[in-house]
Amino acid sequence: MSTKEQRERIELLQGTLDLLILRTLLLGPAHGHAIAKAIEFNSDDVLQVEQGSLYPALHRLIKRGWISADEGTSENNRRAKFYRLTAKGRRQLAVETGKWDKLAGAIAHILRPAEQEGES
Amino acid sequence: MRRRERMMDDLDRDIREHIAMETQDNIDRGMSPEEARYAALRKFGNVTRVKEETRDVWSLVWLEQLWQDMRYALRMLRKSPGFTAVAVLTIALGIGATTAIFSVVDATLLHPLPYPKPEQLVSIIDDLPGVGAKDVGISVPEWHDLQRSGIFQYVSPVGGGSVNLTGSSQPERIFFGAVPPNYFALLGVKPQLGRSFDPDDRTPGFTLEVLISDGLWKRAFGGDPKVLGRNIRLDNDLYQIIGVMPAGYRDPGRTTDQRNTEMWAAAGFAGPPAPPPQRNLRILPEAIARIAPGLTVASAQSRVDALVSSLRKEYPEDYPLQSAWKVRLVPLKESVVGDTRQSLILLFGAVGSVLLIGCVNVANLLLARASARGREMALRQALGAARKRLISQLLTEGLLLSLVGGMAGLAILFCAKGFLVRLVPDSLPRLNDISISWGVLLFALGASLAAGLIFGLTPALHSGRADLTHAFKQEGRGSTGSGEQARTRRVLVVTEFALSLVLMIAAGLLLRSFWDLLKVRLGFNPQTVMAVRTWLPDPNDPETDIYRTPAQQAPFLREILRRGRTLPGVEEVAIGDLAALPLGHNPTDLNPQALILEGREIPGKQAPLVDATMVTPSYFGLLGMTLLRGRLFAEFDDEKAPGAAVINDTFARVYWPDGDPLGKHLKLENARGTTSDPSWITVVGVIADARTESLAESGDPKIYLSLFQRQAKDLTIFLRGRLDLGATPVQLREQVQAVNPELPVFGAQTLNEIVSASLSVRRFSMEMVGLFALTALLLAGLGIYGVISYIVSARTHEIGLRLALGAQRGNIMSQVLRQGLSLAIAGAAVGFVGALIVSRLMAGLLYSVRPTDPVTFAGVAILLVGVALLACYLPARRAMKVDPIAALRHD
Repeated sequence: MSTKEQRERIELLQGTLDLLILRTLLLGPAHGHAIAKAIEFNSDDVLQVEQGSLYPALHRLIKRGWISADEGTSENNRRAKFYRLTAKGRRQLAVETGKWDKLAGAIAHILRPAEQEGES
Repeated sequence: MRRRERMMDDLDRDIREHIAMETQDNIDRGMSPEEARYAALRKFGNVTRVKEETRDVWSLVWLEQLWQDMRYALRMLRKSPGFTAVAVLTIALGIGATTAIFSVVDATLLHPLPYPKPEQLVSIIDDLPGVGAKDVGISVPEWHDLQRSGIFQYVSPVGGGSVNLTGSSQPERIFFGAVPPNYFALLGVKPQLGRSFDPDDRTPGFTLEVLISDGLWKRAFGGDPKVLGRNIRLDNDLYQIIGVMPAGYRDPGRTTDQRNTEMWAAAGFAGPPAPPPQRNLRILPEAIARIAPGLTVASAQSRVDALVSSLRKEYPEDYPLQSAWKVRLVPLKESVVGDTRQSLILLFGAVGSVLLIGCVNVANLLLARASARGREMALRQALGAARKRLISQLLTEGLLLSLVGGMAGLAILFCAKGFLVRLVPDSLPRLNDISISWGVLLFALGASLAAGLIFGLTPALHSGRADLTHAFKQEGRGSTGSGEQARTRRVLVVTEFALSLVLMIAAGLLLRSFWDLLKVRLGFNPQTVMAVRTWLPDPNDPETDIYRTPAQQAPFLREILRRGRTLPGVEEVAIGDLAALPLGHNPTDLNPQALILEGREIPGKQAPLVDATMVTPSYFGLLGMTLLRGRLFAEFDDEKAPGAAVINDTFARVYWPDGDPLGKHLKLENARGTTSDPSWITVVGVIADARTESLAESGDPKIYLSLFQRQAKDLTIFLRGRLDLGATPVQLREQVQAVNPELPVFGAQTLNEIVSASLSVRRFSMEMVGLFALTALLLAGLGIYGVISYIVSARTHEIGLRLALGAQRGNIMSQVLRQGLSLAIAGAAVGFVGALIVSRLMAGLLYSVRPTDPVTFAGVAILLVGVALLACYLPARRAMKVDPIAALRHD
C-alpha cells in the first residue's frame, strides 16, 4: 500500500525531475551528487529532491539516449560517473521546456482567473 | 543485456560515492561524522528501493508483457478445454505429419551425402549419343586421363557385386565394392578401426586388402577388435582385413545393393582379373570424382569437354565420330537421389497442405471464438488497452496453441517413430538414417511458429479493427459478427476446399496409376513361384574356379534341378541368372552384350548393346511366358550343342523389322570385354514381351541364352508349387550345400512379393498422399460444418422471425444448404486451377493416366460437394427445426 502511494508520487515527479536534470546538465557534465546539489541550490532550496530518486531518473534518461555517462574523477579525487547532455537530449530539453511553460501558463490561468482577466 | 548489467554494477558504487560526498559536505558544515552520515542517508532515501527502481528502468518491458499475455492465454485455454483440445490435436497431427515427412526429405533430399564437402562430389557418366547408348561405363585409360587432367582431386571408378564370404559359420553372400585405393580419400571418410587403403598404391590388380563395414564386423566377427590382419576368403581368394568403417557409413550408390556395400577391396583395374587396359574396353561401370577446389561443376564440365574433344582427335580409332563420345558430370547428390525426388516433393507438398488446412481450421475456430469474445475485447479497448496490446494478446494465444500443438505432435512422432520408419520403403535412397535430428526439431519449431502466426494473426487483425459501439450494441443479441469477419471465415473455408480438392485429385491420379499398374499384363505368372538366390564363386585366379566353363557348370546345375524337384510341394524347378528374376534385379545386374548380326555391318563400329539373360529350359514354362514363334529351349540345347537363343517380341521387331528372325545367326560379345565367344548363335524362338524390368515400361529388346551354354555366377533358383515359405528355402539350402557346402543360399522371396516390392515407392507415395487427402477432406468438412452451424445459430432469431411470418421450412433448409454449397463450389473452382498445375508437375509419377484425367477430376469434385452437403445438412436441419416462439422469446 505504502509503496503504491510512493510510486504514484514519484511518477508525478517524474517528468519534472527529468526536466530539471536535463536543465542542470545543460551547464556541463556533472556527477550525481553535484546534480542534486545544483537542483537544490538553483531552486533556493525550495525543491528538496529526495536524492535517491535521482538515480532511476538518470538511468531512464540514459536509456532514452538523452544523456550519456562517462567515468571520471570528482573534485576530491573520487571515481564517479559523469553525466553529459547528448544532442538528442538538448533537443528534448527545448521541447520539454516549451511544454512546461505551456502547462505552467495554463495552470496559472486556471488558478488565478481574476488576476488574468484584470490584466487583459 | 550486457549494458544493463554494467549499468547496475556501477550503480552500487555511485550510490556509495554519493552518500560519501554528502557525508563530507555535512561534516564540512560542522556535523559530527556519525551525524553527518545519518543525515546523508536520510536525505538519500531508501537505497534498496532506489536500486529496484533503477533496475526496473532497464528491465525488459516486453518480456514482462509477454509473460502476462502468456498467463492470460493459458487461463483462456484452460477455460475452454473442448476448443483447446480440438485446436491442439489438429495442430499436433499437422505438425507431427509434416515433421515426419520432413525428416524423410531431410535425410534423402537435403542431406543425401554424409561426406565432407559434398558439393564437390560428382558422378562421371559416359554416353555415346551417336549410337543411342547412355551410361556405357568408362575404360581404364580414360580413368587415368581424367585423374591426370587436374580437373579433379580424385577420380574413383566403382565396380563391385556379390561375393561369397567363407570362413564364418555360414557362407555369406555380401555386396562388395571394387574400388581404387583412393576411394575413401575421395569421400573423405576414415575407418573407425585400422587404416584405409594407401591412395598412392599403384598395384594393377587387387591389393588383397579389404575394409569391412561396421555391420559386417559385428555380425560376422562379433565386433572383435582383433579382426585387423585376419584373413578371409572371398570367392576362394585370400584377402586381409585392414580396417573397419564407422557405424552409419554408407556408400553413395544408385541401387539399394550398392548403398548396402559391406566390404571394399582395392584394385588398380589394370591387372588380373581385369583385362589389359584398352581405350575402348569400358570395363568400369561408373565413376565418381571430387572436383578440384575452386572449380564448380559447370567449369569442371567445360574443362572435361575440352579434354574429351582432344582425346577424340588423338584416338580416332577408339572414338569413332559416329558414336559421339561424351562425358557428363552429374552432382553426386542428384545421381544418388535419382527419380524419387518428385515423389518426395509431392509428399511434402501434400503434408504441408494438410498442415495449412489444419491452420485454417484453427483460425476459423479462433475467429468464431473471437466474435464470441468481441464484448470482452471491446471492453478492454474501452478501458484503454492499446490495439497493439490486444493484437499481441491474441497472437500470444495463437502461438501458445501452436507451440503446445507442435510439442504434442513431436511427442506423437517420437512414440510412432519406429513404426513410421518401417513404412518408408527400403528402395528409397538414403545414406543418412532417417532420424529426428536438430534440423528436424528446428523445422518443427519453425512450422509451429508459422502455423501460430497464420491462425493467430487472422483474429488478431480483426479484433484490432473492432468498432466499439458496434460491438457493444451487437453483443447480447444474436448476430453474424461483423460483416468483415464473416467474409474472412468464408474465404478460409473456400481456401480449405481448394486445397483439399488439389490433394484429392493428386491422390486420385496416383491411385488410378497404381491401380492400372496392378492390372498391367505382366507377361509372366508370379503365382506360386518362389525365387531363391545363390552365387558361384568368381575367383581372381581362373585356375581355381571349378565352375569356369559351361561344361564345368552344367553338372552342378542339373544336380540342383534334380534335387530341387524332390523337395515337398515342388512341381517345377528352373535356374537363371539374376537378370532372369523378373522385377527383382537392378539395372546394374543386367549383362549388356554387344550384338553382332551375321551379314550386317556394325553401324559406326559401335555394336548395339542388348541385355542377355541366361536360363535353363524349364524357365519359360515355369513362369508361364508365351511362345509366339519357333520353339523354346529344350534339353538338347546343352553344352555340346550349337548355341541357341530365344528373343522377345521387341527384339524381333527392332532387329528384323520385316524379316523372320527364326534361324538367323548372331554373336554376343561381352560389352565389358572380359570374354568373347567366337561361335554363332541361332535364334530358335520368339516369346511375348514381359514386364521384367519395370511394371511401368514395356520391354527393351531381350535375348535369352541357355544356361547350359553360357555360364553365369549370380544364380536364381525358381521353384513352382505348393511351397512352404518357411521350410522350402531351408530345405533348398540343405540340398544346394549338399552339392557344394561353400555356396550361400539367400534372398528367398515369392515372386508376388517381388512384384509388389517393385511398386514400393509408388505405393508409399500413393498411400501417404491418399491419407493426407482424406485428412484434408475431413478437416475441410469440419470447417464448413463449423461455419454453417455458426451462421445458423447466429441467425436463429432471424430464422424464427421468418418462420413466424410464414416462411416454408423447406425454403429455410435449402437456403442454408445453398450457402454451404456455394462455398464448396467456389473452393472447388479455385482448386481446379491449382490441381491442373499440380497434376502437370506430377506427370512423371503417373502411369497410363493423363494429368487432366476427367474421371478423377469429376469424381473428386462430386465427392467434395457431397461432403460439403453432408457437413451442411446437420446445421440446415437445425435451422429448419427452429421453434419460432422460442427463438423470438429468446431475446
